[in-house]
Amino acid sequence: MLQIDDLQVKLGDKEILKHIDLEIPPGETHILFGPNGSGKTSLLMTIMGYPQYRVTGGKIFFKGEDITHMPVDGRARLGIGMSYQRPPTINGVKTRQMVQICSKGNVDADALAEKVNFSEFLERDINAGFSGGEIKRSELLQLMAQVPDLLLFDEPESGVDLENISLIGNTISQLLQRDFKVNSKKTQKTRRKERTRMGLIITHTGFILDYVTADKGQVLYEGVLTCTSHPREIFTCISKVGYEECVRCAI
Amino acid sequence: MRDLEGKAQEAKGKKAKIGRDIDLDAYGSESVSHDYVEDLDALSEGDKKRMILAGVDAGEMDRSGTYVQKDTAVIHAQSRQEGLEVIPIREALKQYDWVKDYYWNLVAVDTDKYTARAQLDLHDGYVIRALAGSKVIYPVQACMYLEKEGLSQNVHNIIVAEEGSELHIITGCATAPHLQRGLHIGVSEFYVKKNAKLSFTMIHYWAEEMMVRARSVGIVEEGGLFLNNYICMKPVKSLQMYPTTHLAGKGAVARFYSLLVGSPGSEMDVGGRIILKKRDTRAEIISRAITNGGDIIARGDLIGEVPGVKAHLECRGLILNKGSIHAIPELQGKVDGVEMSHEAAVGKIAQEEILYLMSRGLSEDEATATIVRGFLSVDIPGLPPQLKAEIDRAVEQSDKEMM
Repeated sequence: MLQIDDLQVKLGDKEILKHIDLEIPPGETHILFGPNGSGKTSLLMTIMGYPQYRVTGGKIFFKGEDITHMPVDGRARLGIGMSYQRPPTINGVKTRQMVQICSKGNVDADALAEKVNFSEFLERDINAGFSGGEIKRSELLQLMAQVPDLLLFDEPESGVDLENISLIGNTISQLLQRDFKVNSKKTQKTRRKERTRMGLIITHTGFILDYVTADKGQVLYEGVLTCTSHPREIFTCISKVGYEECVRCAI
Repeated sequence: MRDLEGKAQEAKGKKAKIGRDIDLDAYGSESVSHDYVEDLDALSEGDKKRMILAGVDAGEMDRSGTYVQKDTAVIHAQSRQEGLEVIPIREALKQYDWVKDYYWNLVAVDTDKYTARAQLDLHDGYVIRALAGSKVIYPVQACMYLEKEGLSQNVHNIIVAEEGSELHIITGCATAPHLQRGLHIGVSEFYVKKNAKLSFTMIHYWAEEMMVRARSVGIVEEGGLFLNNYICMKPVKSLQMYPTTHLAGKGAVARFYSLLVGSPGSEMDVGGRIILKKRDTRAEIISRAITNGGDIIARGDLIGEVPGVKAHLECRGLILNKGSIHAIPELQGKVDGVEMSHEAAVGKIAQEEILYLMSRGLSEDEATATIVRGFLSVDIPGLPPQLKAEIDRAVEQSDKEMM
């Protein structure tokens, strides 16, 4: 379980997250909506532990442990993983090496890369000259190797061409144990009950909702979580009346 | 030869254009005798260990020839393949007339006091030659080993890849474990003939009080390829070298790669100059410098003299913890129609990269080491796998100690 209590965060001098309360129980996936600059990425980076996001109040618990001031690597080892929107290029560090780092050498990088159609990138420097869609597939490949319990996705569908959108959507579903298998031994209901992984997905376009089921939608507006509801409902609402509606709730 | 003596005498006190001046009288130059060994395995374990670090394999496995010089004495020189010659230079000068045409032909004996000393007080060195058309499958290894405290080791090497041949050389310079202070003067002349291919990988493993002055010039003829790799990741008091290569035939290619790690108290001034003199010649200089307290000057100079040449220079520096890096990339296009570029960057490790790796489960130290290793891992096309492995090993060894 991820539990965030009254979280306040500053980036530089600016207060960017204000009194956030959020709970993601085991097995749940939440969708995070919000206009540009509302603090969505900041929330994910704070959960991951990026030090420039300074927690000035409140607490974050994961699996019962207070991780508010835990370094990034500690959180990763505890089971938090992130798919970045703009990850850095690291010269001389190959994608294959990243897969090995994520899995501690425990996976077959070639087999895994094939699943996300990324085999020819294994010998390339990580993120060097990758297109938007290639970055997403690379990030997913790393998460597939890392297998975190809480997965944070920062706009996983942005910059992805139509050809790859279903591949990405379905891979995220599998990572979150939300895929539906025909002829699986267990019933779909049992599989749902046994689901343990948690997800928090930032989406701008909502396309991801066509592939990944989710339990809740959250709206972040100017650093405040203003609304919690069914994700489809929120998405439809925003599509129809826009984020201006959120202003009324933020006050 | 007499003329050389005269010129050398005149240049005895001539200071070098760059690099701090060294008082040559502070180093002994008398010869130190060591027995010739038929089997390198007979060397002491300590010596072997140091040589291995500089890429020299005492078992001579996967090597087609070996040259080992200890202080002033040649202790082993052997070719294990037909079409390959490995001869101590003093013996070669006595026995073969052709060697004289190559001796001090590219490097001027009166360049400075160091070249002068290599003439006036020569302590051998090697001549390695691949005969026309011969392909030397395994690398030839050469080692300059320094054991005598306070010695100035003055060597002269000549490397010839005859027409259509292929030759790979790994040369290690190393010092005995106890040695602290010494001077190494190395003159090297490289001849890459028509359509020949030469790779020369030098790994240096010095001591903290070592002074090093290397003077080398190469020439590449039509269709030839010269790969020159230099790796120095160990402390050294003062190291200065600025190897020059002339691309003198159509389609000739030269590529220089250097990996430098500057430790506290070390001073490294390493450059590379390639002169593109004929059409369709190509040149590339790539250097990676890391300092954790040392001062590094990374120079590069590309000179395009005719149209239709292509050259690129890339110089990246990483300051880990104190020290300095001074990148001096130079391009000289002397006519229309040259295509030359350079990129240089000096900085620190990006926090963003460290955090990215940490979010994949690495500790901060592991993340830093991974980035440093990545920084130093340069793909060198055309290098045989054994030599690539030696470079990887040197890099690995160094970041173990750096962290």
